[in-house]
Amino acid sequence: MSDHHPTGFTRWLYTTNHKDIGSMYLWFSFVMFLIGGAMAMVIRAELYQPGLQFVEPNFFNQMTTMHGLIMVFGAVMPSMVGLANWLIPMQVGAPDMALPRMNNWSFWILPFAFTLLLSSLFMDGGAPNFGWTFYAPLSTTYGPPSTDFFILGVHMMGISSIMGAINVIVTVFNMRAPGMTLMKMPLFVWTWLITAFLLIMVMPVLAGTVTMMLTDRHFGTAFFDAAGGGDPVMFQHIFWFFGHPEVYIMILPAFGVVSEIIPAFSRKKLFGYSSMVYATASIALLSFIVWAHHMFAVGMPLAGELFFMIATMLIAVPTGVKVFNWVATMWQGSLTFETPMLFSIAFVILFTIGGFSGVMLAMAPVDFQYHDTYFVVAHFHYVLFPGAIFGTTAAVYYWLPKWTGKMYNETSGKIHFWLSMIFVNLTFFPMHFSGLAGMPRRIPDYNMMFADFNMWASIGAFGLGLTQIYFLITLVIAIRSGKKAEDKQWEGATGLEWDALPSPAPYHTFSTPPKVD
Amino acid sequence: MSNEAEEKYENYYVPEQSPWPIVGAIGLFLLAFGGANFIQNTTGKYAPAATEGFSFQVLFSDLGGIIFALGLTIIVYMLWSWWRDAIRESKQGLYSAQMDRSFKQGMLWFILSEVMFFAAFFGALLYVRQLIIPWLGGEGNNVMTHALLWPNFIPEWPLTTTPDGTTTTAMGAMGLPAINTAILLTSSWTLTIAHHALKDNNRQALINYTSITAFLGIIFLCLQVYEYYHAYNDLGLTLGSGIYGSTFFMLTGFHGFHVTIGTIFLIVLSIRCAKGDFTEKQHFAYEAGAWYWHFVDVVWLFLFIFVYLI
Amino acid sequence: MAIRRKLIAGIASLLSVLLSGGVQAASDLNMRPGVTETSIGAFDLHMMVVWVMVAISVVVFGAMIYSFIFHRKSKNPTPATFSHSTSVEFVWTIIPIIILVYLTWPAVKLLVKMEDASESEMSIQVTGSQWKWHYKYLENDINFFSNLDRTLAVDDPNYLLEVDNMLVIPVDTKVRFLVTADDVIHSWWVPDLAVKKDAIPGFINETWTNIPAEHAGKIFRGQCTELCGKDHGFMPVVVKVLSKDDYKAWVATKNDERIAAEKAAAEAAAASWDMDKLMALGKTTYDAKCGMCHMPNGLGMPPTFPALKDSRIAKGPAEGHIDIVVNGKTGTSMAAYGAQLTDAEMAAVITYERNAWGNNTGDTVQPADIQAFKAGN
Ligand code: HEA
Ligand code: HEA
Ligand code: HEC
Ligand code: CUA
Ligand SMILES: [Cu+2]
Repeated sequence: MSDHHPTGFTRWLYTTNHKDIGSMYLWFSFVMFLIGGAMAMVIRAELYQPGLQFVEPNFFNQMTTMHGLIMVFGAVMPSMVGLANWLIPMQVGAPDMALPRMNNWSFWILPFAFTLLLSSLFMDGGAPNFGWTFYAPLSTTYGPPSTDFFILGVHMMGISSIMGAINVIVTVFNMRAPGMTLMKMPLFVWTWLITAFLLIMVMPVLAGTVTMMLTDRHFGTAFFDAAGGGDPVMFQHIFWFFGHPEVYIMILPAFGVVSEIIPAFSRKKLFGYSSMVYATASIALLSFIVWAHHMFAVGMPLAGELFFMIATMLIAVPTGVKVFNWVATMWQGSLTFETPMLFSIAFVILFTIGGFSGVMLAMAPVDFQYHDTYFVVAHFHYVLFPGAIFGTTAAVYYWLPKWTGKMYNETSGKIHFWLSMIFVNLTFFPMHFSGLAGMPRRIPDYNMMFADFNMWASIGAFGLGLTQIYFLITLVIAIRSGKKAEDKQWEGATGLEWDALPSPAPYHTFSTPPKVD
Repeated sequence: MSNEAEEKYENYYVPEQSPWPIVGAIGLFLLAFGGANFIQNTTGKYAPAATEGFSFQVLFSDLGGIIFALGLTIIVYMLWSWWRDAIRESKQGLYSAQMDRSFKQGMLWFILSEVMFFAAFFGALLYVRQLIIPWLGGEGNNVMTHALLWPNFIPEWPLTTTPDGTTTTAMGAMGLPAINTAILLTSSWTLTIAHHALKDNNRQALINYTSITAFLGIIFLCLQVYEYYHAYNDLGLTLGSGIYGSTFFMLTGFHGFHVTIGTIFLIVLSIRCAKGDFTEKQHFAYEAGAWYWHFVDVVWLFLFIFVYLI
Repeated sequence: MAIRRKLIAGIASLLSVLLSGGVQAASDLNMRPGVTETSIGAFDLHMMVVWVMVAISVVVFGAMIYSFIFHRKSKNPTPATFSHSTSVEFVWTIIPIIILVYLTWPAVKLLVKMEDASESEMSIQVTGSQWKWHYKYLENDINFFSNLDRTLAVDDPNYLLEVDNMLVIPVDTKVRFLVTADDVIHSWWVPDLAVKKDAIPGFINETWTNIPAEHAGKIFRGQCTELCGKDHGFMPVVVKVLSKDDYKAWVATKNDERIAAEKAAAEAAAASWDMDKLMALGKTTYDAKCGMCHMPNGLGMPPTFPALKDSRIAKGPAEGHIDIVVNGKTGTSMAAYGAQLTDAEMAAVITYERNAWGNNTGDTVQPADIQAFKAGN
């Protein structure tokens, strides 16, 4: 009975199974990653050399906007939810997510939401072209007609995320196996619990923002219009109240992933478990009071600038605790470097570099020089690509044997890693320099003095793009014809999913609760 | 490990497959897609350009309303069927106490998300009142803003004359809003009585007080419709009356929308009570409705204070 | 194994080369120190953080690399078993705090200075609009638009960084900029002055600069740094700094120029223009000022920028056509050109639009018509 599962396509449409839903999330996010990445290729092709070669400025802006939106809402967030779906029930010893039907609804909203968003590319006036931050009034009074479709698409994504988050929280609070106390939970579960809390707090605020946009556009309200007593800057305050926690929503689950993988391949317990939990919670709480570091140039009062500068810099402290804990976990361990470990190590190093540029950006007087240049683009790609994306990649390699019962080819995995490592740096490191040299972001054409950096970045980007195709092939081969995986594939792995379940994990797990001591 | 715990888990029920989520996703899609087309078509801001070749706008703009209505119908049908299934399963005794807890916790977190949605609008209101209006009037480092751009602007709240000179009248706090406050407070009280009656297994009181609460909700809504009518026709206060009108209508409007949902919820609960649903132990839906109503009530109190009173 | 080790070492050294390359002061790879006290202050602070970050990197990455080499399974088959240490964790919470305080202090001082625009000696109102800057000298009767010079080739050193009219300011003077916008948000940035301020429609932000005397005669270039629509990449900021005397002379010339231009415009307006002359001036004006939205072929980019070919307004009564060009249309990027173009240019461009691309209305609009319209307004 345990491995019986429904068949046909209604298995996927009507499913209440967290594993099926997790797989759908993961594949969906991969498709979105390829689409968003293809748009990045358009951007990089246009920027390969100065002069306008391939696209119109307006279309370039659409590409930038859609690239950012799709990567953030379509690739990274759903991939994290996919991991949560697969792993949280297995890791806390639950039979499934707490609210399985709602879980399915959360997922199925997404393909429709992105159909709506992507269809805007074919509308008169083109897709949204005002950046993924959609500042008013460029997106309100001056937005193209497709903006309304974008707004309602964002509403749909928000509904999906909120329901997903509620599911995670309730699962964690209510579905743990007896004996699985909160402080025994794997860190991945902890980081997701906190992420889910962030989602519930900020996604509705995003919904409020886009609702105000909609009424400003069509029903005469004046939220973002000074002539009526509103303020365009208020848009930014409300947006970033969502936006800053959002970036931690994208990274915290990845923190959780590497906190599982590094101990496994160090064959040593995670160093400072409880301080990891407290650090994650501190990052989340601080994230609510730093939003205006994206707005140092808007002309805030001095006191505001000082407050947001100092609060932002403080985040380096708990994040540092995490980084040091990872290093201490490896210290005097017994390390091996399989693919998941390689990606996790690269995560720690490159995320830290991205974090350092974050601290630089946080210093308001210097941010006046960095703001809205490629230095910012370099910063956030360092925390997002080798951060969030490497985190997910590591997770996929690490848990693939548990999910599918098949092992990937270790050599392919390593090749994938080294290609990613080289190209990620080749793509995004030069952006620091073009930013420092003064190149603004979101421009389709530039002066000769930025040419070299851009050429390197573009070459790196094409390489990085091909590397993703290689990843896809590696995965498909592993799933179709990989070696049979062992129940406990990794010597140092811990946790219920490795100790109490076979590989692949049966369709229904833990219909009786496992013992946790 | 205790035995009860194991039992609890063995009874755990993973619901059967269900078509409703995907139907709901399709419904939402139609709602959004039709809604966007409908809004564009009615406000006429983007009359479809007569371009050659394929054009979304030309294809769909006239159908927006129909698609929207279709989506709405599907959503309502989906919710109805989904909940019907859930009620049926619950009555079959499939749901353990743990499931009940999941539902309850889920509802509470959902209410938190609603709170944050309102927080966005309250945040906007406070930001406008505390910062923007004074700044437009030249405070802080905005002396030049006032001097060069809005020399005639007088900072005040309620903002009855906007920087570009649109004028309106503010809505007073006494009169209708005060009556509405009283109504909602009373409804909270009647609902609590009903809830206690449910726990004490006093069916008649339960039915009576739940219906009274729903009825109070309806009165509240009628009065609010009247208030809006008054605002538009007598006070010249509209959505387009600058930021005062914007915040006033958006906050009270979303609140009113929530009261509507809550009232429908209460009506359904009254009917279910009359049909003999809910036991003193298991009445998640009732509790959810009650929480929702109290939440709507608390939001109103904040509204009354920040939008009307001060 | 050996290969793997080499690769790790290779990556590490690559990173350190890149990092140290990035911090060589005043090289191509670094931020420019700029010319003002504040820009140099920002640069120094930047260098300070960079070195702090490099130092932390050395410690953190150093420890990691040490682990990779000496704590690998082949070297260290039995892992240690420790899993926490309150004292160590305490230390590495405190040390970052100390580092941050060390960084914050100079940052606060610099920020306070940068935000203090008081006691300025002159003020210039800087207004961004799609996609040009307008400068207005509040103490003098000088104001002008600054548009991208689109004639430069890609290999020109100033490609995309050249304008028709530069902002001119004197050295050794605290100049206050009052930054605002007409339509969407723009941002006015000159890296060498470390001045970057968002231009928010409906609000005025203040910022300032004070350029030391030794930089007289230099030109500083920057760009708009807030996404402002299609041509966001095409609205440079160019500032020319003059010695105090040269600046005075410049102000005087500007005044003369203005008087002469007013006279010429009045004469041109009084004259009656024939179709060819109107069409010729109309075409140049159109291509320079209108073509970026309505496109040189008049087809625009609907629905954002309407086509003027076969447009109801351009083929309808001249009155309506004049109205939209003179007054613009609020809430759209169609700006009011009444004050930006001379009456003759306006008459010419309207005539051009009414007759080009097969619009063929045959109408001519005379400068006098424009004047009459403005008078009746
Ligand atoms: C996953 C996403 C992610 C993460 C984790 C971060 C992390 C951080 N970010 Fe980043 N950020 C973005 C995504 C992210 N950011 C994005 C997408 C944007 C651009 C949005 C847009 O405009 O489009 C942005 C922009 C952005 C800005 C605005 C820049 C501008 O527009 O001018 C700022 C400014 O303060 C900033 C700061 C920080 C800081 C201080 C952190 C910190 O959390 C970093 C903390 C980590 C470390 C510091 C490293 C490890 C610590 C140690 C080893 C301890 C010792 C260190 C010290 C004592 C310094 N970020
Ligand atoms: C998680 C988020 C994420 C990820 C993974 C990426 C990935 C990439 N980004 Fe991302 N980017 C953002 C989030 C992200 N980005 C955000 C938020 C912005 C800001 C948007 C804004 O300003 O509003 C931004 C902006 C941004 C810019 C600045 C644009 C501008 O300012 O105008 C650039 C420029 O180079 C860029 C490049 C890239 C590249 C080359 C990749 C690559 O890593 C992508 C690699 C993946 C693929 C390429 C897909 C696989 C390949 C194919 C589908 C086949 C096609 C391949 C070939 C033809 C080779 N991005
Ligand atoms: C920054 C972009 C931009 C520039 C530059 C611009 N316009 Fe426009 N123009 C617009 C937009 C947008 C509209 C549509 C306004 C509306 O919604 O009615 C418009 C409308 C018009 C119309 C009415 C067309 C119609 O059929 O509705 C005319 C005529 C016109 N512009 C002439 C000009 C002239 C002459 C110039 C140059 C001197 C010019 N425009 C420069 C953006 C621009
Ligand atoms: Cu103006 Cu960007
Ligand atoms: Cu941030």
